[in-house]
Amino acid sequence: MLDFITRIFGRESNASKNVAKERLRLVLVHDRSSVSPQILQDLKADLIKVISSYMEIDEEALEVNFENSENQVALIANIPIKNVKRPANVV
Amino acid sequence: MGEVIVVTSGKGGVGKTTTTANLGTGLAQLGNKVALVDADIGLRNLDVVLGLENRIVYDITDVTGGHCRLRQALIKDKRYEGLFLLPAAQTKDKTSVNPDQMKELCGDLRQEFDYVIIDCPAGIEQGFKNAIAGADRAVVVTTPEVSAVRDADRIVGLLEAAELRDPRLIVNRVRYKMVKAGDMMSIEDIIDILAIDLLGVVPEDEMVVITTNRGEAVICDDRSRSGQAYRNIVRRITGEQVPLLSLEEGGLMNRIRRMIGFK
Repeated sequence: MLDFITRIFGRESNASKNVAKERLRLVLVHDRSSVSPQILQDLKADLIKVISSYMEIDEEALEVNFENSENQVALIANIPIKNVKRPANVV
Repeated sequence: MGEVIVVTSGKGGVGKTTTTANLGTGLAQLGNKVALVDADIGLRNLDVVLGLENRIVYDITDVTGGHCRLRQALIKDKRYEGLFLLPAAQTKDKTSVNPDQMKELCGDLRQEFDYVIIDCPAGIEQGFKNAIAGADRAVVVTTPEVSAVRDADRIVGLLEAAELRDPRLIVNRVRYKMVKAGDMMSIEDIIDILAIDLLGVVPEDEMVVITTNRGEAVICDDRSRSGQAYRNIVRRITGEQVPLLSLEEGGLMNRIRRMIGFK
């Protein structure tokens, strides 16, 4: 009986298919990024280009990775700064 | 010039061979000349699924190795005009054929046949690379399970890397009751995740087991739901627009409707 009631009310959020879908979504972010290391390389190159116009960074030590924490996948970039450029427009 | 279609999935046991057999039989029933190629060398199965296991003389490695002519190795299915099988070798392994040989083989087959359908082995190694080497199009088979969908996603990535663009998806073994109860991923969920075009949906059906026991294709069974699903998929492959079987069709009303003769 309880099972029947939970089936009618509020079933959506804890339906096992939602768990499946959510888990898949997370694992595929990882899988897909490993399918193409090229994408990470391209991203790194672009990051360097953008940041370099503001500050001097250690390109060799730059790290970009995906990290899985709780129920989110985050893109973590560790970018050591060597020197910050002096703003050009300040007299 | 025929078209070469590879049926693949990544994960084993999701129904690649059954799908290959049914698509081939269905396309032949529509009057096409069809060659089915079992690329699962070392684990051949398409022959037993089609009920042709007693008629094998030569196999695919005999053709690629030059021990016989292609024509000699092709087994004609006497039940359907235009259906042929090129069986896999059972005593060799996947490295006994290479992608260049497969390309050449597919090139030869497409001269003679309207459709060449390749049953790809599970996995992503040599056997997979061989199977996709000569293909123009790919069909990805999955089931509504996390493991099968994950592997399908990997396959889609590898197909793209091999420049086989726009693979189409068959979701196999769908249990509508479980989908309705929220205990199985729906077609929308799977499409949402994989982001590829849907070719068709095949419901879980005991008739598949029964017909396969006999070495027949379920597509020939006029009353089965899975047979109907495969017939629709075949028509979509030939370019027809066919709507999906709806979720409701398996329901009580429809069963009653079918019993009293409304289809």
